[in-house]
This record gives sequence, C-alpha cells and structure tokens, in this order.
Amino acid sequence: MRAHKHTDERSLIVVAVAAALLSMFFLQGFVFAQTVPSSELISKAKEYDGKTVSFEGEVIGDVMQRGDFVWVNVHDGTTAIGIWMSKDFARSIAETGGYRKTGDRVSISGVFHQHCPEHGADLDIHADGLQVIARGMRLAEEPHVSKSKLALGFGIALGVLWILSLLNKR
Amino acid sequence: MILKPHRDDVTVIAYYLGKVIIGLGLTMFIPAGLGFALNERGPALDFLISIELLLLIGLVLTSRYRSEKLLGWMHGMIVASLAWLVAMFLGAIPLYMSGHFRSYLDACFEAMSGFATTGLTLVQDLDHLSYAHNLWRHLIMFIGGQGIVVIALSMFVKGFTGGFTMYVGEARDEKILPNVAHTGQFIWLVSIVYLVLGTIALGIAGLLNGMKPFNSFFHGACVFMAAFDTGGFTPQSQNILYYHSLPFEVITIIIMILGAINFKLHYHLWAGNRKEIFKNIETRTFFLTVMVTFIIVAAGLSQAGIYPKALLLFRKGFYQLISGHTGTGYQTVYARQFINEWGHLALVGLICAMALGGAVCSTTGAIKMFRVGVIVKALVQDIKRIILPPRAVVMQKFHHIKEVFLEDAQVRPALMITLAYLALYGIGSIVGMFYGYPFLESLFESTSAAANVGLSCGITSVDMPATLKVTYIIQMWAGRLEFMSVLTLFGFIYATIKGK
Repeated sequence: MRAHKHTDERSLIVVAVAAALLSMFFLQGFVFAQTVPSSELISKAKEYDGKTVSFEGEVIGDVMQRGDFVWVNVHDGTTAIGIWMSKDFARSIAETGGYRKTGDRVSISGVFHQHCPEHGADLDIHADGLQVIARGMRLAEEPHVSKSKLALGFGIALGVLWILSLLNKR
Repeated sequence: MILKPHRDDVTVIAYYLGKVIIGLGLTMFIPAGLGFALNERGPALDFLISIELLLLIGLVLTSRYRSEKLLGWMHGMIVASLAWLVAMFLGAIPLYMSGHFRSYLDACFEAMSGFATTGLTLVQDLDHLSYAHNLWRHLIMFIGGQGIVVIALSMFVKGFTGGFTMYVGEARDEKILPNVAHTGQFIWLVSIVYLVLGTIALGIAGLLNGMKPFNSFFHGACVFMAAFDTGGFTPQSQNILYYHSLPFEVITIIIMILGAINFKLHYHLWAGNRKEIFKNIETRTFFLTVMVTFIIVAAGLSQAGIYPKALLLFRKGFYQLISGHTGTGYQTVYARQFINEWGHLALVGLICAMALGGAVCSTTGAIKMFRVGVIVKALVQDIKRIILPPRAVVMQKFHHIKEVFLEDAQVRPALMITLAYLALYGIGSIVGMFYGYPFLESLFESTSAAANVGLSCGITSVDMPATLKVTYIIQMWAGRLEFMSVLTLFGFIYATIKGK
C-alpha cells in the first residue's frame, strides 16, 4: 500500500516537473508576447530586438497613412512608440488622443526593432495584430467658473487702472 | 568705494521692465485668440487671465516709475537680465494653469527653457496639451530667439528708440543696421519670411506624411519656430520621432542651420552678397567643427556597432549632431538610447558639438563659431611668432563681412567668454554628480542646458531634484545672455546692499 502511494507521489512529481519544463519551453517563444512596457523596450532594446512583443497603450496624435501602411504612435503612460501597421488594422482605430479626448486603448502584437533597417533606424514595432481594448472618448469642457470670475476681476481692475493712468497723463 | 545705486537708476529700470512686461502680455493674445477660435475655453481663459495680470503689472510699473531718463549701459544690462527672469516667472503662469505641470518650478523651468531656446522640457502628458498652450510653448522660443527685450519693445511698444545697451545685454553685439530698432525689425522680417516658408514646407511634408491638414500646418509652424530659433520643443512627446519621416528630418536640418547663421550674414545674403558665406570665419569654422565632431560621433557609433548600415548610422548620427551643434535639441532617438547604445566616444563628440554652438548674433547659445575661429587664429599667430625669426612681423587676418586684422581686443573677450562657458558646463556637471548622476550623463545634460541645446540623455525629468532644476534654469539664463548682463545684475544687487 505504502509502495503504491510512493509510486503515485513519484509519478505526480514527474508530471509536475515535466509540465513545468514543457511550459517553460513553450513560454520561451511567447514570453515577449506578454505586454512589455515602453521603458523596458527602450532600456533592454537589444534583448527584444527582432522578437515578437505585445505593447499596450493609447493611440495619440495622427494616424499617418503611407501607401498601404500607416504609422500610429501608441503611448503606454511613460513613452510613446511608433507602430507600423497595415491600413486594415488601422481601420479599427476610431479615436486618437489629444486635447480633451482620449484615444483608443489598443494592444499591439508585433516585431520589435531596436534600429529598424526599413525605417531609418527608428525604434519601432511592426504590428501583426491589433486589438482595441477600450474605445477613446471626447471629454466635455468644464464650466471654468472660477477662471471666468478671475478673468472678470482682473479685467475690471485693469480697466480702472488704465482709466486712472490716462487721467494722470492729462 | 562702491556707490549705492540712485533712486533714478531703479526708476528707469522699473519703467523699461514695465514696458517689456506689457510687450510680453500683448504676445499672449496670439495663443488666447487660437484658444477662443478652437473653442478651447479653459486654455483661452488661462491666457486672458495672464494677459490681464501682465498688463496690470506693466501699467503699474510704467505709470508709477515714469522716466524720461536715457538708458545707460548699466541700466540696459540690468533690464535685459531682469527681463528674462520676469519673463520666466510671468510666462510660466498660463503654462502652470494648464494643469500639465507638477509644480510652479516645473512651469518656470519650461518657460526659461522656451525663452532661452533650450528645449529641455518638464511638461506632463504633452500629447493631451491644448493647441493654445502648445502654441505658447513654441511662441516663447520664437520671442526668446529674437531677443525678448529689444525685439518685444521695438515691435510692441510705441516710442522705443534707444536701447543698444539692452540689445548688447541680450548677447547681441553686432548691429546689422545703424539703428537698433531697424536692426530689431530686420531680425523680425527675416524670421517672419522664413516662418511662412518653413511652415509651408513642413506643412506640406506633414500632409505627405498623412497628417490631418490643420495638424500639418500647426505642427509645421510650431516645429519651424523651435527649429529656426534653435529651441527644440515639439508639439508631441516623441519629439521628431513622432513624424517617422525623412523629408521632415531634412527640412528641419535646413531650418536649424539657417537659425544658427548670424543675422548679419542673413542680411548680406539677402542683399545678394552670396560669396560672403564661403569667406566668413563663422561659416568656415562651423563647416570644420561639424566635420571634426561628426567624425568623432561616427567613429563612436561605428565602434558601438549599433546601426546595421552606414547610411542609417549617418542619418541618426548626423541629425543629432547638427541638432546639437546648432543648439536646437531635436532628437530622433529616445533620451536613454544615448546612454544605453551610443557609447562614450559618440557622446563626447556630441557634447563637443553642443559646447561649440552656432554663430554670434544668431539664435543659438554656447561658445559660438566667431570666438572659436578667433581663438584658433590667435593660436596660429602665436605658433608663427615662435617659429618665424624674431624680427618677422606676424599678422593674422580673418573675414567677417570685411577683412579684419586679428587684435588682442578680439581675442581677449573671446577667451573670457569661452572660459566662462566651460566653467558653466563644469558647474552644472558637478551639481549633477552631487546628486548621484554619472559623470558623462551629468556633463551631457549640463552642457545641453548651459549651451541652450535641449538634447537630453534622460536626467531632465519631473523627478530630478529641485536644486538641479534651479541649476539648469540659471545655466540656461546665464548661457543665453552670455554672462555680461547677469554679472552686471549681481554687481547692482551687491552695490545696493553694500554701497554707500
């Protein structure tokens, strides 16, 4: 009975070790497919060069079309990185970040280049997949009541002073 | 015995300072107008409040300290140095009100960096900044590049006739035209003609890049202002990397070089004297120093082996080099890539280029080509004196608009200012190292601040110590004004305290 129990424990350990080794083997190919922050991509650029990475952030500024491809810049909260993608991927981007608007939050998977030979040695990602995680939105203008009051107050003070200085001149 | 300044001295300084503040307030109508036009109500109100406040202060100073007294050298120098500090404090108001700065000190840093055409930035979340605030960031570079005091007064304030002293106080020691007001207007004319041409060129490049029409020309105008005035701000956080465009890089290189040329040389080129560009000591020195520093940078990059092709090495290396040498600070690499990838030799080449700068009477900072050229000529003259027989008469000439015989009167101030710049670069580096930053990084950032360049290896950030921020502000201010007016201000303060 005890011997049987030992055999079971041993086979469990073997299975666990095998599973761990297998997962390590498979994960090695995809480890960079986990989202990598921009700070790490820049600081460990050599390590990630030519690897498939996943990058997540807000689309900011312009979607710049170049033939059948587009450039978009995606900001992950620290730094923005240029993403080179096909026009078809870019069609799913509805909003880009700017003043009073947040851009679509996207997850990009693609090949990272430390010094892209195709794009003037820029640090970039060539996307082979794009997923919109959250839609961007336009933000409503605040009423700015206190600023309006301050502007009015200063305006009145300026007007009075200006009239006084004119009277003084005479 | 040190004489205490007279009340009249304070009056005349306060009066002209008031006029400068009014001039500065009036320039804020441009971003305010854009804010209202684009329905950016909050930003428009920021500028409206700032305009009112500046006009209030200006009116109080000009009416309370009305003065008909002519400006002396001391007054002009002090107005120039104080005006830049006042412009920093007041120009920072709308920036701080934008909510994109962590502290008022950060907004002041941004304002001084803008006015001094440096380009180091502490703005937060730049990609969501309003058009009005973004325009102001670039406009202050345009104003600062031309010279806040003389240009603002000659354009915006009626009755400004004198002021050569303030012109000199702002590190412009060459009059292009006999009258300083006409000189100021010529500088504006050159700048505005190039502004129109540059904006069109960059706007078209933007359209071809796939940007929206409004953004193309807005970015075109902003990037032109910052490139021609060798500033270095951009409307987006990625700097020039945002555009992913070779034409954009080529156009900005041309604009940066135009900005680094002496306005006097611009005048002669406009007048049809094209040969001047090949004979002038500054353009010759610039050509040589660009060659030498680029060889160093290229050797360093080649040694580091980071760029796969020579053409790519040239594109990256030459762009950062021209940007550094002209004092602009545009980057097509991320700040940390300098440290992580470029290697020491390439960085040293870039630091040398930043330390040298462009032409005198241009919008650049740093030691400047005229001084480098004069010092080299003096060195050659001294070597000739040693080699040739004692009775030989050694004369050294150089060409700067006309043929000039080299004299000690030119060499001495050139050497003094050069030494002062080297000391300024060194002091900033020591402060950086005091806070634990490595030597090369500290030297890089300090040289960039003091030479009004704006290239960053990553030290400049909101998290850097406040003392270091203040150090860089002082470096930007003293570097832009080339020391004389700053030292005069310190002398004036000392005389006020200790004088009898």
